[in-house]
Parts: sequence; C-alpha cells; structure tokens
Amino acid sequence: MLNKVNREIPDDILKEKNYKPFETTEIGNPETTYVAHQVRVSQGDDKLVDSIPEVIEKTGLKNGMTISFHHHFREGDFVFNMVMQEIINEGFQDLTLAPSSLTNVMNDMVIKAIKAGTITHITSSGMRGSLGDFISHGGLKDPVVLRSHGNRARSIENGDIKIDVAFLGVPNSDPVGNANAIHGDAVFGSMGYSLMDAKYADKVVLLTDTIMPYPNTPASIEQTQVDYVVKVAKVGDPDKIGSGATRFTKDPKELKIAEMVNQVITHSQYFKDGFSFQTGSGGAALAVSRYLRKSMIEKNIKASFALGGITKPTVDLLEEGLVNKILDVQDFDKGAAASMANNENQQEIDSSWYADPYNKGAAVNQLDVCILSALEIDTKFNVNVMTGSDGVLRGAIGGHQDAANAKLTIISAPLVRGRIATVVNDVTTVVTPGDSIDVLVTEIGVAINPKRKDLIEALKNVPGVPVYTIEELQKRAEAIVGKPEPLEFTDRPVALIEYRDGSLIDTVYQVKD
Amino acid sequence: MERLRRTMMFVPGNNPAMIKDAGIYGADSIMFDLEDSVSLTEKDTARMLVFEALQNVDYGNSELVVRINGLDTDMGRADIFAMVKAGVEVIRLPKTETPEDVIETEKVIAEAEKFFGIENGRTHMMAAIESAEGVLNAPLIAKASDRLIGIALGAEDYVTMMKTHRYPDGAELSFARNMILHGARAAGIAAFDTVYSDVDNTEGFNHEVEIIHELGFDGKSVINPRQIPLVNAIYAPSEKEIRNAKDVLNAIEEAHKKGSGVISLRGKMVDKPVVARAQRTMALAKASHLVDEEGNLYAE
Repeated sequence: MLNKVNREIPDDILKEKNYKPFETTEIGNPETTYVAHQVRVSQGDDKLVDSIPEVIEKTGLKNGMTISFHHHFREGDFVFNMVMQEIINEGFQDLTLAPSSLTNVMNDMVIKAIKAGTITHITSSGMRGSLGDFISHGGLKDPVVLRSHGNRARSIENGDIKIDVAFLGVPNSDPVGNANAIHGDAVFGSMGYSLMDAKYADKVVLLTDTIMPYPNTPASIEQTQVDYVVKVAKVGDPDKIGSGATRFTKDPKELKIAEMVNQVITHSQYFKDGFSFQTGSGGAALAVSRYLRKSMIEKNIKASFALGGITKPTVDLLEEGLVNKILDVQDFDKGAAASMANNENQQEIDSSWYADPYNKGAAVNQLDVCILSALEIDTKFNVNVMTGSDGVLRGAIGGHQDAANAKLTIISAPLVRGRIATVVNDVTTVVTPGDSIDVLVTEIGVAINPKRKDLIEALKNVPGVPVYTIEELQKRAEAIVGKPEPLEFTDRPVALIEYRDGSLIDTVYQVKD
Repeated sequence: MERLRRTMMFVPGNNPAMIKDAGIYGADSIMFDLEDSVSLTEKDTARMLVFEALQNVDYGNSELVVRINGLDTDMGRADIFAMVKAGVEVIRLPKTETPEDVIETEKVIAEAEKFFGIENGRTHMMAAIESAEGVLNAPLIAKASDRLIGIALGAEDYVTMMKTHRYPDGAELSFARNMILHGARAAGIAAFDTVYSDVDNTEGFNHEVEIIHELGFDGKSVINPRQIPLVNAIYAPSEKEIRNAKDVLNAIEEAHKKGSGVISLRGKMVDKPVVARAQRTMALAKASHLVDEEGNLYAE
C-alpha cells in the first residue's frame, strides 16, 4: 500500500513484520509500556574478566540472540572488531546485530560475520562504504532495519529491540563498572548512545584499556548496570575517534550557504534571547556557528541551549557566555570531548532524553532551530540521507528525523554535487518527511515549505537571500546536470526505513547490476 | 547610468565546477580565462566549456567577460569567434601594449560578428595592461576603440619587468595605477586594479583595496569568491554619504516637479558632477543592500 509520503510499502512486509505504514509526524500522547531487563545479581567480586572469550562464555550468549555495540569511537573503534572476530571464531549463528550505528572501520568484519552466518539480522542508524554496497547488492537475506537515534531509544524501551548482550567499549572503568568517557587515552566525551544499552541490555559488558580505582566518578555508566568488565590492550585510536583542531571551511560555496542559513535564522521569529539550536557537524554547519556567533553578539542575544552532536565551536559559544547550556549526546571532536570533563554546563544526555518520541518528553521537542544536511531533497521537501543517487546505502539517519522536530528545520545543501542534482522531483529514499522540513538553503537561494506562510512573510525581503519555490530550484538543478535515467532495482527489499515512531516510511530495494 | 564594476572575478576556463558556480557569489563581473590559467593541452577544452557555459548557465546580473589568448598565438582567432558566437558581453585582451593591439582585435571581433550575423558593435572589449610600454600607452589604448568598456592593470608581469616585486604599500604600482586610471577617465571608461594572490591575507588585501578605492578605481580583480564581500564592504558608502546622496536626488526631483532647470540644495547649486556622484552612491548603497528599492536606509 501507499503510505502518506506516497511510498509503496509491500503488504507482506507490513503483515510479516507487524508494521504500520507511516502516517504522520504528529506523535500525540499515546500510552506505552517499557520492557524490563534481566538481572544477574552480583556482589561485585566476579565482574573483572580476563579475556573476551571468557566474557562471551559468562554472558551466556546463544545462537539467535541480539548483541549491541555503540559507535562513539567512530573510525577509531577497536572494540567491535575484537569482539565480533571472537564471536565468529566461536561459531555463533543467527545473531541480530543492533549497534547504535556502524562506521566504516567495522564494515569488513560485519561482512565476514554475515558470510559466516553469524549475523543474519541487522538494525542500525546507518551504513556506508563496502557494507552499504554489500547489503544493497543483496548480501543479507533479511532486510536491514534503519532507525534514527531517537527511534532506537524508543525501540529499546518498547522491546522492539531486545538486547541480550551489550559490548560497550569505554575509555575507563573501575573493576565493578563505573565508567565515563572523559578520561583515558580514548576519550570521546558524551556516552549518549551507549547509555541506552547499559540501561536495557540483559547483560552489559564493558571493555576498557584503563582500569581505575573504585569508585570511578563521575560515572556515566554505573556499576548497578554492568555485569562484566574486560581489560583489553587498547579500545581505540584517539586520532580517529574525533577530528583534532577544528578548521573552518574555506570553501566559498559552503561559506555562502552557511551565511544564508544564518540569515534565515536571524530573520525568523525564533531568533530572540533564550532561543535554542542544533547545528550538527560538517563544514557548512561549523561555518554557521561562526556567523551565528557574530549575529548573537551584534543583537545581544544569548541561546538557552545547544543540542545534539557537539563540536568545539559550540563549546566556544558556551565558554563565551553566548550559550547557557549544552545538552550533549555525542562529541564530534577532541575539543568538545575535553570540554565535557571541565564544564558543568555541558550535560551528557542519553538518546532517549535527546530524541525519543515515546518518552515523557525529549529535548528535541524544546528545540527552536535545527540545521540538517541532505543527500537529496524533493519538491515535497522529503529528505534522503540514506541512499546515494545510485540507490546504494551510503549514509545514516542519525538524529535527522528527530531533530527535524524543531520549530525551524533548515536543510542546508548544495543545489548539485558534481554532476548529481540534490534537489529532485522525488528522492530515492524518504527518510525525513517533508512535513517536518521548513526551509531549504542552497548556494543560489532558499525555498520555503509552502505551509510555513509565516516564514515566507519573514524572509520575503531579506537582502542577499533570494527566495524561490522548491520547484524552481529543482528546475535550476536539472538545467545544470540534466535528467538522469531512472534507477533500476530488483523487487527484493534490502532495508526498511522506519520513521521515529516505528512506522514504515520507505523501503530500499536491491540494486540491479 | 554606468554599471557597477567593483569586482571582476577570475575563473579558470578549464574548471567546470568553478564555471558552474561562478554566478552565486555576487561578482559584478565574471572573467572566464582562456589564457594564462589554462595549459596548452587544455586550450580547446576550455574554449568549448566556456562557450557552452555562456549559453547555458544562469549568471544573474553579472557582466560576462572572457580573457582570450592573444592574436599572436594560434588560439586567439578561434577564441574570438567562439566567444562572439556565444554572445559574450566583453572580450578581454591580454598583454596590450599599443592602441594597434586593440584595433587588430576589434577587426577580428567585427569579422566574427558579421560572420555570425550579429549586430556590429554588440561585443564590447577591455584591455589588460601588463608591461611598461602598455602603461606608457595607457591613454592611447583607452581611446583606441568605442567598444572598450575599461582597461585593467595586470601587475604580475609588470613588476617583474620593472625589476621589482609586489610590496604591501603598493609604491611599485603607483605610477602604473595612476597612468591607467587617468587613461581610463580621460576616455570615459572603467579602470580595474590587479589581482591580490595571497587569498588568506585579509588584512593585506583590504589595505590594497583601500588604496585603489581612494585613487578612484572602479574595482578590483579577484581570484577567490571570498574576496568579493571584502571589496564590497570597502566600496559601500557611509550612512552620511547615502543621506547626502538622497537629499541631492530629492532636490533634483523637486526641481523637475517645479519645472526648474536650476537645482539647489541647502542654498547651494547642485551641478552635474554632484548629481553623478549621488547616483553612484545610491547605486553602491543598493548593491551593498544598505538601502531598499526606494533608497531608504535599512538601518532606519
């Protein structure tokens, strides 16, 4: 059947997997019940384990179970490959892999595990590179389920994802499992995503290269949640966990887009004392924070909070007194991670607090302004951040659907990339519905969602911000790069894109070679 | 009124990405280069690329200029024919030494216009002066053709020839700048200053733009889009200048309404140069987004 964003969702998938088709971005006030997890009572004296094989045995991992990891170490992760290799070696079969996301450094190992029959189901926020290619070419029988960070939190709470064993790499821990990510060699700042696993998995294993004396405070993961602690040689490569010094982009096009994004923000009704924002990472996003800083100083405006994935420029705003608080679910660079240790106004939050649609109120609901990126955006303002123009999985939902909940959601994207249009008639894959997108900013001008008449009025006469309809922008893009041949897919689904409430918003099919 | 030419952005003719995006930065003029930034093996490709871009890419209100290879090379003629056919607004001659260089080029342009059935004189020209001889001939070069819209200083070759190099104070270019400026003004055409190649040195760039702004240049050649807002900021009139210009223009309107030929403001007669300056101030203010379409200051 067709869902509300006009995507054909196969009836057998709806039935077999008990899905509802995507209906609306409005969550309302439904009532729900959270699941509880098992507890193996410990006196604390049996938690420290010598090796990964030993800990796997102690957790009671069995064929068919669900294992989880986090992706806070990003491309510097050593833990996933160490653990997964051992699980493959021991011949486990038919496991579900449910990490917060998958980074490139994990790709080869995931493919190996799939080929060995160890992994037969995957849910993640994203996948890229060789793994995306492998899955898009039909490498896994069961379709991958792709969820936003908020939706993963919801799924864990509601039991849609039931984690049997969580393997969580941490930069430090004491012998009974009090751990944080602000000290040690492999610091990554906020432990946001992994906190859900620590709270809800039946068995929680910490892997660390630094054992601290008891009690290791401040503790982000607490001893009450942890079953075992394993000391390994090294959990990650600090240089690949987050970028070092943040360099502002010099790309004139990114700067132009960033400047226009700032104009849109400062001319909107939301730019007033006490406003809040989320900028995300990437060149243009970092540049926006620089323009925004200037505007805030000029107009004597301070933000009440900044949200989401945090970068050094955002931390600088906190230190300068232009931002009162940071709600921090992950840190993208060393500066932001280091600041987590020193600044009490930088609050670590888990992904439920950040973005969960089915809790008693998430931070994204309080958010005024949000800047997001797009691989594609269509004339209905639907956004794709998951599949490339070739139809292959090469992205991550991240917090996209969740943060789009902001009062002013801005997509910042170039009109075309190389010879590929960004603004199109229909996105390859709908990830975030156009209903939650307010403004698109490209290098030649902006397009405003027609339902936002207030923004159309507010932005109609801003010097240096030409306003187009999104259809006009689509035509401008097409005039530059032409009309591509339609993509060809087989009829076999390889990934299911959930909306943040767990309904099905789109299906990704195996590409035709 | 004469158009504003505060910035002329250089775009290598063999770089599709830069050619595609050249229109988004608000340069008053865009100069596609077929000459020095294009290697010999890419000359044909660049010519075809710019030929297509001129006809297919939307560059908004920017004036479109192409720097061709000299007629002393075997590319020059083909460049002119292709650009005339593509409908370029201005053909820029490199390394102009004498008025004859301009006249020779004009002949080929006229020939191309005739060949393609294009109205004679539609293609404008500008001349880049890059040598001692060119500098000394600047007043003659500037008057060599009615098609000329301006002359420009190209300092890189010039300073080498003069046995010096670029200095922060610009003393080495003082004579050349003044010759070019006087040549241009005597002929009633625009004067463009040379490029500043250290794109990350904002302070040095601003200093140089302040010098040429004071001298009276129409604008500066830029090699990176990031230099455009810097030039525009220095060329932007002050609030006081805008208010004054508005008073002058209001006085003219009043005088027209009354049918009076004599225009006066605060008891003083407003003569022609004052009017011209007021018009230019308002045009600059509009271009810098300081006033709305009616000329009212946004700040008020």
